[in-house]
Amino acid sequence: MKLKYVNLLAVGALIALGACNNDDDATPMPVTYVQEDQMARPAINTVFVSAGDKDTFNGTIPSAQNAAFGTKFKDRLLALNPGYTTNLLGLDAATFTGVLSTDVLSVALSGATTFYDGTHVLTGRKLNDDVITVELILLFGGPDATANPMLTDDHVDANDKGFLDTFPYLATPH
Amino acid sequence: MKAKTTDLRKGLAVLLAIGVISSATYLIAADHIDAPAVTGKASDITDFYAFESPSNSSNLVFVVNTQGLLAPTATAAAAFDSDVMLEVNIDNSSNKDNMEDLVLQVTFENGKVQVYGPVAPIEKGLNSTLVTTGYKVESDISTYAGSPMTGEANGIKVFAGPRDDPFFFDLDQYKKVIAGTATGFNNPGTDTFAGTNVMSVVIELPKSLLGSGPINAWATTNRKN
Repeated sequence: MKLKYVNLLAVGALIALGACNNDDDATPMPVTYVQEDQMARPAINTVFVSAGDKDTFNGTIPSAQNAAFGTKFKDRLLALNPGYTTNLLGLDAATFTGVLSTDVLSVALSGATTFYDGTHVLTGRKLNDDVITVELILLFGGPDATANPMLTDDHVDANDKGFLDTFPYLATPH
Repeated sequence: MKAKTTDLRKGLAVLLAIGVISSATYLIAADHIDAPAVTGKASDITDFYAFESPSNSSNLVFVVNTQGLLAPTATAAAAFDSDVMLEVNIDNSSNKDNMEDLVLQVTFENGKVQVYGPVAPIEKGLNSTLVTTGYKVESDISTYAGSPMTGEANGIKVFAGPRDDPFFFDLDQYKKVIAGTATGFNNPGTDTFAGTNVMSVVIELPKSLLGSGPINAWATTNRKN
């Protein structure tokens, strides 16, 4: 019994070797890649990750990011806004940075898809969403978005070119 | 306002052209030129968008932009890298473990872009293997001067090529605030990204190919071993 299996394995190995060495084989060798950059929500790496950690963050998969960077994100938030209590979403510093440090974008498959439109929160990201102002409000605006009014809007509210109604939607290059 | 924008464009183009700005230390949002290892490479992702198609509510659109702050004079020479695979990762699990259950894999070769998937990945995590057994759609890569080229198969559309950078932000003023040399933003602000281009990949596909929502999604670039 055992011997038969060994023989089968040996035959299998020979076939596999033959396949690898046969230039005319129709099955291509698998092409493999290693992650080099990663992003989901806008400006997360830019705002929350220190210069020395940026490459490490890009090389960390989302499911491992909170454990590796959650505390650093909280420290960064409190350095940017020492007066932070909660934000418009009602999240305290630990909860808010806990959400942000897993860099994925939640996307609805029915209904509105927007970063924030006054009603829907984090159901996607549209081209014309003013994501920076939303993030500034969540960082600096306090529980009712009225704190630090000089910091909660960059007053750039739209793109410099209009978007298209049809595929590929982005405007022609300058 | 228009004149100011034009001046900024010219100013930015000049600054980039003569290399006054050291790109390695110039922090750019959203993720424009965000990290030393990818700065200046085709693998540097600037922004990721996911939205319901404006032309078909049964479809979702993913946009992955790379190579930020391209001056118009630099855009014709910008190119995708055949050694870099761009990936849209989709977690459609009910418990949202933030591991990819489906991937869209985008490769660039000989002036063409290929999109494979959505398909279950062979492996999850930092390493990716190209899965060529599922859906595939292909198009010519659009050029700076030419009209946009698109491909469609099985209801999945793809565009790849230079586009206006859709991102807008007064990044320069933000940097002054962070550096302590300004106390707040100006009104009106100045869009640091006005007049610049990105290398863009746009994919539109039926929502039904993504499972049940909501999904969690993220973009990666991955270099060939």
